[in-house]
Amino acid sequence: MTTKRSRSGFRRIATAVVTVAALGGALVACAPQAGAGTAEGSASDLEAALEAGGTITYWSWTPSAEAQVAAFEKAYPKVDVKLVNAGTNTEEYTKLQNAIKAGSGAPDVAQIEYYAMPQFALSDSLLDLSAYGLDELEDQYTASTWGSVNIDGKLYGLPQDSGPMALFYNATVFDQFGIAVPTTWDEYIAAGEQLHAADPTKYITSDTGDSGFATSMIWQAGGHPFDVDGADITVDLADEGSAKWADTWNQLLEKDLLSDIPGWSDEWFKGLGDGTIASLVVGAWMPGVLESSVPDAAGDWRVAPIPTYDGEPVSAENGGGGQAVLKQSKNPALAAAFLEWLNSDPESIKIFGESGGFPSTVAELESEDFVNQESEYFGGQKINEVLTQAASDVLPGWSYLPYQVYANSIFGDTVGQAYANKSDLNAGLATWQKQLVDYGNEQGFDVKG
Amino acid sequence: MSRIAYAGAPRNASPRTRKSITLTVLMSVFLIYTLVPLLWLVINASKTQADLFTTFGLWFGDEFVLGQNIVETLTYRDGIFVRWLGNTLLYVVLGAGGATLLATVAGYGLAKFRFPGRRAVFAIVLGAIAIPGTALAVPTFLMFSQLGLTNTPWAIIIPSLISPFGLYLIWVYAVDSVPTELLEAARMDGAGEFRTFFTISIRLLAPGIVTVLLFTVVATWNNYFLPLIMLSDPAWYPLTVGLDQWNDQATGAAADPIYNLVLTGSLLTIVPIVVAFLVLQRYWQSGLSAGSVKQ
Repeated sequence: MTTKRSRSGFRRIATAVVTVAALGGALVACAPQAGAGTAEGSASDLEAALEAGGTITYWSWTPSAEAQVAAFEKAYPKVDVKLVNAGTNTEEYTKLQNAIKAGSGAPDVAQIEYYAMPQFALSDSLLDLSAYGLDELEDQYTASTWGSVNIDGKLYGLPQDSGPMALFYNATVFDQFGIAVPTTWDEYIAAGEQLHAADPTKYITSDTGDSGFATSMIWQAGGHPFDVDGADITVDLADEGSAKWADTWNQLLEKDLLSDIPGWSDEWFKGLGDGTIASLVVGAWMPGVLESSVPDAAGDWRVAPIPTYDGEPVSAENGGGGQAVLKQSKNPALAAAFLEWLNSDPESIKIFGESGGFPSTVAELESEDFVNQESEYFGGQKINEVLTQAASDVLPGWSYLPYQVYANSIFGDTVGQAYANKSDLNAGLATWQKQLVDYGNEQGFDVKG
Repeated sequence: MSRIAYAGAPRNASPRTRKSITLTVLMSVFLIYTLVPLLWLVINASKTQADLFTTFGLWFGDEFVLGQNIVETLTYRDGIFVRWLGNTLLYVVLGAGGATLLATVAGYGLAKFRFPGRRAVFAIVLGAIAIPGTALAVPTFLMFSQLGLTNTPWAIIIPSLISPFGLYLIWVYAVDSVPTELLEAARMDGAGEFRTFFTISIRLLAPGIVTVLLFTVVATWNNYFLPLIMLSDPAWYPLTVGLDQWNDQATGAAADPIYNLVLTGSLLTIVPIVVAFLVLQRYWQSGLSAGSVKQ
């Protein structure tokens, strides 16, 4: 544990460092004349670039990247794609910010999650892909993922996967204790109480404070804590939706119904396998993770719609991301052409799906084959019926901060403290808000809170 | 030398027969505290990923697959681990070796030659010891990015060359262990300063040099923060950052945990440093006490 903590401490410093460095440039970017250096190009340039060939670098940590690149190189033998795993999520962003700050060393194409997209977009590091006509692909993607890569009217990336939230639960444990699948959050809390009372070693779920989860839950509760209009930002983590989530989650927290096993640790995977953690509220990409990393629990897990506050179906995106072309790219047309293939060509999307990814493309989400697929791991359940429904229930209109990577890195010091002390999450959110406002203003944004 | 090492111990008529139960207990507790994580690492490096998640942490799993784990660690993703090991060795040889050389030459010079500005150098070196490397990482990064050296091995090697603590140690050590009379005699006999240094002084300084070498080797081997921010190409990672990247694979939408390889890799990573300690530890002892007493 200690190692883990100090490691994330280092990480936090590193994130802070690069964010400071990047946002130095961000302010310039926010000035009206931003956009200098935008490549001039058109759709026909992409074909020409693929014909001409060349070498580009692609940063990604998705397990399917290798197979996708191989398939691309087979289809376009003149193009050489150098695939680099520069780290998983925040680690890659640190590297990316460093390369941007250093002025060289950035890849041509990089994987960036939705929550981090605004940070790179507003620091003027990404290419506006509409210059190559990629904005015409809009109809191919779900509204929420398309919205996540469109920032200030510019297209900064193409969506790869999506993570509409659903309730994953261990049916064996639920059945054993006679717990009905909850449809509202009140029922969820009641289920948590019932389970923990019947077997004190078991918890309805584990949560030690995860920024991605918290923001998604606020999203689902109808909150809009981050309002971004260019450099004018309003942070309101006490708005109706935020408070609604905090008040609900407070009940689980204060009654000690949340397991304190940190997410993604070895203990966590273990807990998912042996029933210690009986359910997860998480993005639709979770089945792939469960299948490959918790094989012992095959047959135990099922999927249900995410519980809601009033019984009306509503969901939010949790995780997921896309790819973007970096402004540093020396061959932006080729990079854009690769990106277009990567996230819209049926062959590429098929490879991505087979590796357990959950698509962001309408065609796949609506295809009969996909929806009716029976998952052996989930005891033959047609899980995609639930998950695609979740995708269409996602609330529109959410936005992240243009310094969300930094924001998430200080979540543990603020809201995480409320988790650790089992105290009011609203107070934790208020501390987070204050630090976000202060930080944003220091960086030259005009932040109100 | 050994007399100096024990100079701090109480001079008792029969030191060998005296035993303190408190100290023995304290020592045992400390020993357990130190060895349990190591034991845990060895045990768990022998498990499959599935056993890691399902079996008791401080005992062996259902299968003993240490050999298989080692093979997998060395071959995973086209043997990137071997590449990282090579990088770490490169940084240690050039960085720690260079740092020791510079510290030796500079420390000796400051101890044995009188020149204007000595006191200023002394103050700067002492001040430099007080500044943690982490605090300098950001300015160093910005400077290196201006020079276009980020994402190259130089970004790790050059900062590793500076060891104010090593310099100070050699300085203090040289004052006592290299008699000025000896140097004067050498000069009388017509030996140049370089010849004196390489044939006489360097031998007298040997224990001090080894101590500094050990310090800098450990520091460079374990260096994490600097390469973390300087490098973006995994091909140049040292083991520390590389293992962290493997560990992070277990997170998020495309989670692909390889904890068994992370553990086996960690075990392989500490083996060379343990060996270095065992071989060099006697120099370490005597070197540390140098300068602590007046002869």
